[in-house]
Amino acid sequence: MAFPVTPRQLHLGVDLSDAGAHPAAWRTHGSQAQRLFDAERLQHLVEVAQRGTLDLVVLDDSFSLQPSRSTTLRGRLDAALVAARLAPRSRGIGLVPTVATTHTEPFHVSKAIATIDHVSGGRAAWQVSWTDDEQDAAHVGRGPALTEAGAVAEAEEAVEVVTALWDSWEDDAEIRDQATHRFVDRARLHYVEHDGVHFAVKGPSITPRPPQGQPPIVVRVGSEASFGLAARHADVVRISATDRDEALDLRLRLRAAAAAAGREPGDLRVLVDAFVVIGPDRASARARLDLLTELEGVEWDTGSLTHVGTARDLAETFLDWSAVGAADGFVVRPASLHTDLDVLVDSVVPLLRDARAFRDRYAGPTLRDQLGLARPVNRYAAIA
Amino acid sequence: MGARKQIHLGVHFPGVNNTTVWTDPRSGSQIDFTSFEHLARRAEEAKLDFFFLAEGLRLREHKGQIHDLDVVGRPDTLPVLAALAAVTDRLGLAGTINTTFNEPWELARQFATLDILSGGRAAWNLVTSSDAFTGENFRRGGFLPHDERYERAAELVAVARKLWDSWDDDAVIAHAGSGQFVRPGSVHEVRHEGKHFQVRGEFTTPRGPQGHPVLFQAGDSSDGRDFAAATADVVFSAHSTFEAGQAFFTDVKGRLAAHGRRPEELLILPATTVVLGDSAQDAAERSREIRLQQVPGPTAIAFLEQVWGRDLTDHDPEGALPRIEPDVENLDITRGRVRHVKDPRSIAAAWRELADANGWSIRQLVIEVTSRGGFVGTATQVADAIDRHVQEDASDGFILVPHLTPGGLDDVLDQVVPLLQERGSFRTDYAGTTLRDHLGLTRPAPRATRSTSDRALVG
Repeated sequence: MAFPVTPRQLHLGVDLSDAGAHPAAWRTHGSQAQRLFDAERLQHLVEVAQRGTLDLVVLDDSFSLQPSRSTTLRGRLDAALVAARLAPRSRGIGLVPTVATTHTEPFHVSKAIATIDHVSGGRAAWQVSWTDDEQDAAHVGRGPALTEAGAVAEAEEAVEVVTALWDSWEDDAEIRDQATHRFVDRARLHYVEHDGVHFAVKGPSITPRPPQGQPPIVVRVGSEASFGLAARHADVVRISATDRDEALDLRLRLRAAAAAAGREPGDLRVLVDAFVVIGPDRASARARLDLLTELEGVEWDTGSLTHVGTARDLAETFLDWSAVGAADGFVVRPASLHTDLDVLVDSVVPLLRDARAFRDRYAGPTLRDQLGLARPVNRYAAIA
Repeated sequence: MGARKQIHLGVHFPGVNNTTVWTDPRSGSQIDFTSFEHLARRAEEAKLDFFFLAEGLRLREHKGQIHDLDVVGRPDTLPVLAALAAVTDRLGLAGTINTTFNEPWELARQFATLDILSGGRAAWNLVTSSDAFTGENFRRGGFLPHDERYERAAELVAVARKLWDSWDDDAVIAHAGSGQFVRPGSVHEVRHEGKHFQVRGEFTTPRGPQGHPVLFQAGDSSDGRDFAAATADVVFSAHSTFEAGQAFFTDVKGRLAAHGRRPEELLILPATTVVLGDSAQDAAERSREIRLQQVPGPTAIAFLEQVWGRDLTDHDPEGALPRIEPDVENLDITRGRVRHVKDPRSIAAAWRELADANGWSIRQLVIEVTSRGGFVGTATQVADAIDRHVQEDASDGFILVPHLTPGGLDDVLDQVVPLLQERGSFRTDYAGTTLRDHLGLTRPAPRATRSTSDRALVG
């Protein structure tokens, strides 16, 4: 056997943003670019991902249009609402919208993610984002942009408020007690009384505790500031790494930093962004990338693991990185969603299943079930 | 005889007040998505215009504690509506969103997104709040002076409309050959410099199928009515009785001309409850039983405490009204709801007199004075009454408020709606795909066909 008897289990997500990770994806045959904003197109992509029992789908977002230097594609939908739209007709798979904290109140973020968790039966996560972009600041008009460090610090405080609000209702707060006519036990509702640097929030939330207790927090690490935020708060960390050793080093440092912050490092899921062009042989994958490059006129510079080749080679890369502890899994970023997602699910996933490194059915109804993360104890109940 | 005026009907998901009865064994979850889906699917089967969901941003408090006698807790409005778009095809999806704790950029893209995700079914009940109590949940706090509420709301709507109009309708061409995803010149930069908002940039989201979502407004003051006449498509009114409805209808429709609008450009839809029975007597009986469920003893006492400004828990709800006078210094005993007690001593005196004259207990009095009417009768009687209200201009239709989650309107949808259809007063199928189609509202013209005055203003 090429693989250990009990290989580490992989976690796989897929990024459903735009028409794919390559800026020219929308220009290729079958991209359905005219239907880019059609919810049924996205619903179909989720069905494909669900067929492959993938852990989660990620939906990118920003207050600004795509920068013209990176793509000709234009237009975005609010990611949290897209996730909600996809929830009722999907099962098992996690729905991970990006929501920025810089211009949105944490109270709103908290109840939006909690509601997606309720609507999906426990499949929401929150990819925390922030912005130091002057354009975004001009859209809102409340002053100049924050520095990156300032925006991340504010995001960290927002994470603290949001997660406290999720706990502000104990699970059994709703009692519906006929004898006393009390609907809730107010002793099990908690004011969060947050009075910090950026926010003062009283609480409790208006929305009862979400099914997962705490929907997972997803953080993309791209700087020292975001590294610290991830180590202290993330359940799922997305990293960029072009080679195995770089990923291994970053994953070990994250685990060490999490441990230093008093967390159990085994509770971190470090996923490497993997850009993929998958073909029946290396030459045809290469030819497809060449076509995309020609359309856009620039080389595809991803800044992370980039696989242009066969399904078998990609599966081996995933297993290899996982085996040495460079990754707990990957967020696959298909160059073209309409081509590469099907191949991922129909050709790569079966190889990972054959290697017994990936599930063939969902472990349970919630995203925490797929990630192997326990449902957290409520911080307020714990101290009561 | 001319064609009958068409009735417009929406369903209101049960709220967090004592209209909603949770002690009934049939009462389901106010959080589980299946409850929302049940009401929305049933409304769509009956070809109703829209589903309506209210919002809350702070749990209500009474005597310094969270009010625990009514339903407490609700999900976030917009994600629920977006999820309902996945399980319905035609039903309008309306939600209340307070404008005070959000940026116009954020709200405009959320409603544009909902309109796109639902194929043109979004509606926004735009409310304003200035209270510091709610503001304690937000970094912006209760910063808004009360008299600037409508001024800020009007500016916010103006900004949102600029954003919705900043993409031309045919902006997305996705022309692979030329590499043009949007038609050149079809995404316009927005520049707004106002008292409340400074907004600049290219908007992220294409123009929705409706152009603009349908705008609801619920304010009842003179300022609120003027705001509605100037900006709204639908007024969510509280005047559901025939005479009050006609007076309100005449007043609000009369304000439209000053804004260059025609009467049919603003629909007036009061909220109402319906109780059906096999006979008028049976319906009245059921209505009384529901009122008793809605006002249990502790609720009656808590209601009196709002007027008295004192703890009255030592009073028997089945006994006489308090002889002690209200504490006029303590009128904020209940927070997080709209109720202004203006002159508690004279109210207390009037209620004592009423109770004495009729031999009412505290609970009976509260049931009587909080009764908001609604339709009570056989299906035929209720259909007659709804139709009369609309044909005789007391309203353009109703927003139906159930007392039970989620099946409280099943009987109305099953029994009353078919009668309205038989009369030719209500659609038997949807004629169009968007909420604007259902409501007979025109789609706002795209930017290209308008005057360029706003450009000149900012240029």
